[in-house]
Amino acid sequence: MKVFDCPVIGPRPISEFDYGGEVRRPPMEADAPSWAAYVFNRQGAPGLLREWWYHRPTGRWYVMERDTLKDEVVRFIDLEEVRYDIPA
Amino acid sequence: MTSRLDPQPLEWLDRSETLSFEFEGKAFTGFAGDSISSALLASGQTLLGRSFKYHRPRGVVTLANHDVNALFQSSEEPNIRGDITPLTAGMSLTACNVNGSLEKDRDQIIGTLSRFLPVGFYYKTFHNPKKLFPMWERVIREKAGLGTIDTRWSVRRQAKTYGFCDLLVIGAGASGMQAALSAAEQGLDVVLVDENPQIGGSLDYQLVNEANAAPIRERLKAAVQNHANIRVLPAHLACGWYTDHYVPLLGPNGIIKMRARAVISATGVMEQPAVFRNNDLPGVMMASAAQRLIVRYAVKPGQRGVVLTANSEGYRAALDMVKAGVDVAAVIDMGSANSRGVWADEIRQQGIRVLEQHAVYEAKGKKRLTQIVAAPFDGHTCEPSKAFEIDADLLLMSVGWAPAAQLLYQAGGRLAYDSTLEQLLPQELPEGIFACGRLNGAFTLEQRLADGERAGAEAAVFLKDEALPAELAACRDREAHSHPWPIVDHPGGKNFIDFDEDLQLKDLVNAAKEGFDNIELMKRFSTVGMGPSQGKHANMNGIRVLAAVTGRSIDQTGSTTARPMFHPVPVQALAGRRFRPERLTAMHQWHLDNGARMMEAGAWLRPEYYLPTSETGVSDAAGAGNLSIREQAILREVQAVRTGLGLIDVSTLGKIEVMGPDAGKLLDGSYTMRMSNIKQDMTRYALMVDESGVIVDDGIAARVAEDRFYVSATTSHADATFRTLSRHIVEWGLDVRLVNRTGSLAAMNLAGPHARKLLAPLTDIDLSEENFPYLGFKEGNLCDVPVRLIRVGFVGELGYEIHLPVASAQRVWNTLMEQGAEYGIRPFGVEAQRVLRLEKGHIIVGQDTDGLTNPFEANMPWAVPLKSKPWFTGKPSLALLKARCQRTLRGFMLPKGYSGELPKECHLLIDSGDIAGRITSIAYSPSLGRYIGLAMVDQPLADSDRLYQVRVDSGALIPLEPCATPFYDAEGKRQTVDLTEVA
Repeated sequence: MKVFDCPVIGPRPISEFDYGGEVRRPPMEADAPSWAAYVFNRQGAPGLLREWWYHRPTGRWYVMERDTLKDEVVRFIDLEEVRYDIPA
Repeated sequence: MTSRLDPQPLEWLDRSETLSFEFEGKAFTGFAGDSISSALLASGQTLLGRSFKYHRPRGVVTLANHDVNALFQSSEEPNIRGDITPLTAGMSLTACNVNGSLEKDRDQIIGTLSRFLPVGFYYKTFHNPKKLFPMWERVIREKAGLGTIDTRWSVRRQAKTYGFCDLLVIGAGASGMQAALSAAEQGLDVVLVDENPQIGGSLDYQLVNEANAAPIRERLKAAVQNHANIRVLPAHLACGWYTDHYVPLLGPNGIIKMRARAVISATGVMEQPAVFRNNDLPGVMMASAAQRLIVRYAVKPGQRGVVLTANSEGYRAALDMVKAGVDVAAVIDMGSANSRGVWADEIRQQGIRVLEQHAVYEAKGKKRLTQIVAAPFDGHTCEPSKAFEIDADLLLMSVGWAPAAQLLYQAGGRLAYDSTLEQLLPQELPEGIFACGRLNGAFTLEQRLADGERAGAEAAVFLKDEALPAELAACRDREAHSHPWPIVDHPGGKNFIDFDEDLQLKDLVNAAKEGFDNIELMKRFSTVGMGPSQGKHANMNGIRVLAAVTGRSIDQTGSTTARPMFHPVPVQALAGRRFRPERLTAMHQWHLDNGARMMEAGAWLRPEYYLPTSETGVSDAAGAGNLSIREQAILREVQAVRTGLGLIDVSTLGKIEVMGPDAGKLLDGSYTMRMSNIKQDMTRYALMVDESGVIVDDGIAARVAEDRFYVSATTSHADATFRTLSRHIVEWGLDVRLVNRTGSLAAMNLAGPHARKLLAPLTDIDLSEENFPYLGFKEGNLCDVPVRLIRVGFVGELGYEIHLPVASAQRVWNTLMEQGAEYGIRPFGVEAQRVLRLEKGHIIVGQDTDGLTNPFEANMPWAVPLKSKPWFTGKPSLALLKARCQRTLRGFMLPKGYSGELPKECHLLIDSGDIAGRITSIAYSPSLGRYIGLAMVDQPLADSDRLYQVRVDSGALIPLEPCATPFYDAEGKRQTVDLTEVA
């Protein structure tokens, strides 16, 4: 079992987290094929990936940059970096 | 005949306590502190077991759990490892893998057939002709496998504990103890584990007679046991290494899940056998096994001994034997005695014959060694023509070592073959992993202490985030302690490499020649290292053989994967407790006291239906035929709601408070319909889909204030909905706060024509139609408890959902039940609610929808405002799916009075012989007096005017009559109008 060394809540076992998938941004204007590609395709190649992780006991989301080849968290991402606007 | 020696200085025995036990029907005794094997040997029983394949006689070979010669069976437990299992009083044991008795095993004849059982035998034979295989399979199953399981086993649970430390040191020998001390001196919190019941390791059993070792031993043992920063855990096995230094430690009372910040492996080396004909005879054992017998158990391993050696340890062992009273006939050195230090000189001084450049060509004896055949050895082969015999009942093998590097490999460490030491040594270790001692090539006591000191200091530096000195090789020895080829061929074979699997030298040579010349392939084809001891005594020689046959180096040949666990771990230590939290509502006890039959709903328990104990009959006005007690109860509850009053506990609903200036924006983006324009004190149906447009949750959103909403979610999806909303807040950068009130608020739904009449006198909220219309929301007091009321119509009657603090819920519930008696109020359960909502045609997410259902298919196009909303999660998918509906949820009925076989949920609709849908809900509707249901129907059939046909369990096709929904009160009058006036 891994430990996530979180800068906010300290090192926690990974079993306290839910995986939330890769950080993605839906294309607001897209034709059918590119929308379908967004919905159904995921980046599977090993390498650096920015991922959502939800810490259940505190109900908080984190974004971590992880090297999926080495299974190492490289750094935490400032949530400002992943935000986007939705049409109101 | 006893082989017990006088008390030894470091023995583990408690001679004040004699233990009686039985083996193969005979009575034996031993002392507390004995292992089963040592007690048997002390009593002269040297034949301990039979080998797996050929049923050859076997005795002690490593006495360190690196072999499984001594496997025993008790009435409760199979495959007890005698070498390391403490003797207990009253044990009744037999040998495993014996046909008949240990002494007269009928299957030993298989050994004489071994010529016809070549390597890969099982893969090659028995499959041709195919039809005979079942017969062979029976025979093989009979012969294969070891002990017998007691099928009347009882559950034995062991608690798990969690441990934390800065540094875990595995192995409490000289280097491990020194490493622990040096790290503890630096202020680290250290745990020192050893699989043996006493610490000391080879510092005890190998160096017991070294004068200079004694003060060091005493100093180290006292220091580690008294140091405030060290916790010493003897009798704990480090089972394996897992990511981020997570090491389960198996002790007598179960597993400690140890999380360390760094790990030092001081696991030492495992002595390896020499390979020669009959090297498995009882009496032939590792030098270290004989030393363990003497030092730990005070057992004299034999009367007349010979030592086969290729290192100084062999000479030292020979001296230990002399001291224990063994008549040492000769020391046979596979190389030269020149580099064997003072011990070789001492052996010579004692007048013991030393045969240099010789090897053992063959061992002779039936059930015990009687004679050794030695011959000149040139480093690779023997000269049989010059062979000669020596009488002996004990032969010690001291020809080399293999590192106990399993945990290093698991951690991702790399080992390389060192041709000076003729041993695999750590070359590259991952971050936070350190190695020291003989595992790391430090062999003299001085080297081991220095290496332990170094590793402990390095670990301390690493944990203080300072620069890391990497001097793995600093304290390594400069002479070999292993022979590069301790293997002697013999035309008669029976020169075993793997004692578990009875693999001979020629088996591995043939496997390689047949093309299985990769170490992983060879392992699988020959099964070398695949037995219960997992190659601990076999892999090194296996690698040497493969390297020789293929002409490659040891490094090129590689090693097989060392998977956890290091030793087998009983399932009782691994098995988890059934830990599944159950959530109970505030009214749980009331439900139980009032005859509720409970069911699981997500993590919650909910009443399925109530069986009041006082009632027997049922008013079956609708004439539904012969109903079970369960169905009668449900029917009664449905009728109560339709004609009087019903009260259901809906505390399990998800309840989320959404607050902040962007609350409306969050809900608009997360749910299909617009929420930001809900009027104050009103509610709206809230449908959530995922990015692909699939329905994931539904509930109700209420407007509490301009910047405040109250949202409900389905029981099983409440946590996920909270998680999704939380993520959207972050993703969209919104100023919203969420509070999950699922656990802090209870909820109940009061439904039925008399709902308003019951509530009105109990609340300060104006319940009039003008002030509190259908879908309205109000805050106020009920029975003096602050509540939120929601006018809901899920069950199709006038209804109020009451949300209130958990602490007051039971009191309000009781008041409603008491005051409602005059209206015939009844508690109703989940089943009745399902019937009620089905009559209204409402879907249940997860029952009528599955992981692919979109709102169009669920007949809810009204909940998908594609035009008026610029965006919500899943909108682009739904825009594409709208025109491509492949199936639709449709209502159906069975004819009135239908009495044939009933269709069930998930039964398939059949159209022209093909599957064309399935039933998602079906129930008897007391209001309509017939069976009604919902089915997910493929579009072509849904669009046609054909009858549906469903295939029931018997295979018969039953016609269903398609019909519109809702089945009951299509105009919805009953949930909006005060029925006391219209009725």
